[in-house]
Amino acid sequence: MFEDLHLASIVVSTIRNAPVLMFAAMAGLFAERSGVVDIGLEGKILASAFASAAVAYSTQNPWYGVAAGILVSAALALLQAYVSITQKGNQLVCGIAINIAMSGLTFVLAQFFYQQGGRTPDLGQARLFDIVLPGTEAVDGIPVLGWLYGHVIGGHSVLVYLAFALVPLVHWMIYHSRFGLRLRACGENPHAADAAGVSVERTRYTAMLVAGVLCSFSGAYLAIVQSGFFLRDMSAGAGFLALATLVFGNWRPVYTVLGCIMFGFFAAVQIQIEGVDLPLIGRIPGSLIQMVPYVVTVIVLAGLMAKSVAPKAIGTPFIKSR
Amino acid sequence: MKTTELPRWASAFVLPVLNLLSALLVAALVIHLLGENPAESLSILINSAIINPEGLSYTLFYASTFIFTGLSVSVAMKAGLFNIGSEGQMYIGGLGLTLAMLSLDHALPAWALIPCAMIGSALFGAAWAWLPGYLQARRGSHIVVTTIMFNFIAASLMNFLIVKYLIPEGQQNPASRVFATAGEMPRLNEWFPVLGDTPLNVSFLLAIAALVVYGVMVWRSSWGYQLRATGLNPHAAHYAGISISRMIIVAMLISGALAGLASVNSIMGSTHYLSLNFPAGAGFVGIAIALMGRQHPVGIFLSSVLFGALIQGGFDLSLEKPNIPQETFIFIQGLIILFCGAMENFYAPAILKMLNLTGAPQQKG
Amino acid sequence: MQANADVSFAIAKGSIHGLVGENGAGKSTLMSILYGYYNANSGHILLDGQERQIRTSHDAIGLGIGMVHQHFMLVENFTVLDNVMLGTEGGFKLAAQRAATEAKLREICERYRLNVDPLATISELSVGAQQRVEILKQIYRSANILILDEPTAVLTAQETASLFAILRLFKEQGKTIVLITHKLQEIMDITDQVTVMRAGRVVGATGTASTSKEELANMMVGRPIQSELPRAPFKPGQAVLKVAGLQLEDKNKVRLLADIDFTLRAGEIVALAGVSGNGQSELLEILSGMRLPSAGKVEFLGRALPFGKRRDADGLPAAFRALGIAHVPEDRLRDGVIKDFSVMQNTVFGYQDRVTNRWGLFDFKAIAARCAHLLKAFDVRPSDPDIRLGLLSGGNQQKVVIAREVSSKPKLMLVGQPTRGVDIGTIESIHAQLLKLRDEGVAILLVSVELEEVRALADRIIVMSGGRVTGELNIDEFDTTRIGLMMGGMHKK
Repeated sequence: MFEDLHLASIVVSTIRNAPVLMFAAMAGLFAERSGVVDIGLEGKILASAFASAAVAYSTQNPWYGVAAGILVSAALALLQAYVSITQKGNQLVCGIAINIAMSGLTFVLAQFFYQQGGRTPDLGQARLFDIVLPGTEAVDGIPVLGWLYGHVIGGHSVLVYLAFALVPLVHWMIYHSRFGLRLRACGENPHAADAAGVSVERTRYTAMLVAGVLCSFSGAYLAIVQSGFFLRDMSAGAGFLALATLVFGNWRPVYTVLGCIMFGFFAAVQIQIEGVDLPLIGRIPGSLIQMVPYVVTVIVLAGLMAKSVAPKAIGTPFIKSR
Repeated sequence: MKTTELPRWASAFVLPVLNLLSALLVAALVIHLLGENPAESLSILINSAIINPEGLSYTLFYASTFIFTGLSVSVAMKAGLFNIGSEGQMYIGGLGLTLAMLSLDHALPAWALIPCAMIGSALFGAAWAWLPGYLQARRGSHIVVTTIMFNFIAASLMNFLIVKYLIPEGQQNPASRVFATAGEMPRLNEWFPVLGDTPLNVSFLLAIAALVVYGVMVWRSSWGYQLRATGLNPHAAHYAGISISRMIIVAMLISGALAGLASVNSIMGSTHYLSLNFPAGAGFVGIAIALMGRQHPVGIFLSSVLFGALIQGGFDLSLEKPNIPQETFIFIQGLIILFCGAMENFYAPAILKMLNLTGAPQQKG
Repeated sequence: MQANADVSFAIAKGSIHGLVGENGAGKSTLMSILYGYYNANSGHILLDGQERQIRTSHDAIGLGIGMVHQHFMLVENFTVLDNVMLGTEGGFKLAAQRAATEAKLREICERYRLNVDPLATISELSVGAQQRVEILKQIYRSANILILDEPTAVLTAQETASLFAILRLFKEQGKTIVLITHKLQEIMDITDQVTVMRAGRVVGATGTASTSKEELANMMVGRPIQSELPRAPFKPGQAVLKVAGLQLEDKNKVRLLADIDFTLRAGEIVALAGVSGNGQSELLEILSGMRLPSAGKVEFLGRALPFGKRRDADGLPAAFRALGIAHVPEDRLRDGVIKDFSVMQNTVFGYQDRVTNRWGLFDFKAIAARCAHLLKAFDVRPSDPDIRLGLLSGGNQQKVVIAREVSSKPKLMLVGQPTRGVDIGTIESIHAQLLKLRDEGVAILLVSVELEEVRALADRIIVMSGGRVTGELNIDEFDTTRIGLMMGGMHKK
């Protein structure tokens, strides 16, 4: 049975599934820690997925594609910031609007430029390279360790390494930098931040910009690394799952990323477990496994697992009280 | 949704119209960039969806579903709740409908079967909305996140149930078996042959009835008064003796039931079987309708017809103009939610300024 | 409306200066100008003999002025150190300044005996400790003038004593302190000079040593004008409300009400006098069913009020209304009306189930008739039942609320600040309404910060301070000095 489960490929798949959520979750982390609800992650992921695939194809250069994705996602984030912070509009509605609008627009543009049923053409060679560690071939024969070295630590796309490298960086930024201190203050008690001379508006705008940039990598990863093309609605709920990992991780970078890895694991298992006979239970359909992350999130939200506390000032536009 | 200091006629008519026009303007710009003429596209759309009687019939058919999902979101909104879960509630409502059909459709005549199926859809839709409502009322869990999760859970659950239990032997199509003809909603073309072979059915009349009941309940009953008070000012509602947690839960139950009833038109009016992903975004259209129609029965009706026209006209338009596929209207839907929802007061300062300049009678503050 | 007019006074360096007055006297506004939150329309501010411009709190901080607010400006899940560093981090990397800041904080704590651990998280600290953190922040920013706004409102007796010890240390170090308070004992205990404000003006300034609490009380409260409203002779009936041993604690275990005992009879107006924020609002909330008490008993018409074994007060006010308790809330816009509803809709607010037919639908004809009658009887202007209530003036809004509550024919009427934000002409008519109710045998509990109003309406006066009853007297024992003392926290002997 264990051979059927292909544990090895589950581990590798998990590592390769996690970055989509990780980038989006870290993006949401910045936005929400500053006090702005970001329900629009899904739309930003889709928009940057399309932009990066299209530009990468047209220029045959994946890095230009990534740059395009960054620009598009950042623009959407600034729009959200304008509506939420300056116009003091409903942040939830704004996010939903962006998701729906981008779902439609990306398909229409893909169809317009490429006439392939709303997808972009295959990138072929114009994809980001995998990093193969030196000596991988030499150690390939060694059981377990060779596999670990060559396929778990090494052998992934450069964006995967970027995702994991960002984690300690984001953690440091949030907890050990001036920007992070001010960010967290704006999310917990903007009046205190204001009284201390911090510009709440400027901090939140910056946070949304950072979120836009981080989120774009999620879309670029989906399109350029994982698939090699853009397909309609390819984000498939990643934006919402990223929000779920924030709840699960109590808005703390390391725990949130653990949540992303856990959800990546479920996605990997779901594919492998189809058609596998488990003792006692028999075959578990993939669709039930697919449900697990969402059910876990609801349980956390109900306060039944550890207490999950959102930043106190989240979702409320800041109005100076003096 | 904030209130403004504008006089009622401005906030009820001028603002929504300006918002809608803004959305359409952006859409027109995009259509222009796609190489098509917005005015021409608009005329094709109007012809197909309104002027042509068969097209109009399709428009109203789609509108029937949207009226129910629009009502679903509106009821919750009146209580101050943003129910994003209408999609999942409609989906699970379809399950309730199906279970009623599968067990009863060979035993009951139409006049008993149809109401049973409707009750099944409403009950299941309400049940799917109950837990998010309960969690919000008693534990403060944010209803937006819980309903989004429940949408996904519904999708996975229904996938599992349909594939494992409902597909008849030998069929490839992920759908249940076809229901007996006793379960078919009578089509309106039986009385109005000019409508042609279109699925517009009695659900449309039920939708109108639902709008009337909604209007009466929300604006003429004590319960509706309490609902609106809860949404406008929960502190004062508490002072007035209203039980906020009970109001939240009941509002969500009714919201879920309405979303569940939306499945009646799609299934019993058209396909006559339960298929994978049959809601096809109707729940999210309901959000756009509730925002655009400002949760008012007339507004909901007009917005539903508008969206029905966009779908029907959009279909014909996509056939004539391949550069404007149907997904364009999903984009327009997003724009409408943006302008009518998140930016709903964008024009308010400008209107106020104009009123002041023209010296319109200032109402006492 | 002028918050401050012609305010001139001098604060001696290296002294503790008290600023005393009732609510709305203008003391907080004055200090807010000093701290840069508001800009004065005219006048000068001189520091050490030099004229200064203070436009923002940044300017004030730069000039060495620090303010400790009533509502702390602290981020609860930050440490003390983080809160101090916020805004003055000194560089992108926090680590660079952390050690130095921590050392300096410890040194300040040592010197002034503040007893705060810089690495403690704010949410774990007691309210008194949190206040010391605010003080710490100001000292860290080199404040030489420290303004404290009602600092002892949230402190226990011990914590107050500790605070005062700290303030004396500051004085010894040459710092200047302005203490805003309404508690006369504190003025006598710790200040060197005191300035009294009333209605936006300075009405007295003196050295503390040469004055007395009585004199201060007089200056603070002024001499209320005799009211001319007619009153029927006082003929109280049965006991309607009996409050025994009522206690209230909030979730931080702060004592909001302690040992409240009193009785209220039919045909009697009892006024709860006192500076607002001393428990009166909470008491009204409990008696109207909007909030549950922590302990104690309340009897209404001989039966215990249905607080029961509930976990919260959700829906409870309906039961209280059904028993015959009406409530005119202190904050009408937040609690008492729906400003987007029409005037007519607001006339049934709280009583919506009494005007329906058997299907639960409103009987609009009856509601309209009743509304028209109420608008006329209570002289609401404009008398259009369909306009949004929010468009009415404050006084007319209040008339609608009172009309609604009175017409429910209650046995007990709870009234909070009935003339707050109401124009002079309407004040008299509201007072007349309340007296009429009293003459008809309704028991009325009135909360008011205006002594003139208390004098005009009350048969009996209960004074509250710090969540406790500090004194009770009949109307014919009315004495501004005595009441002022009780309001200032002096218990009757």
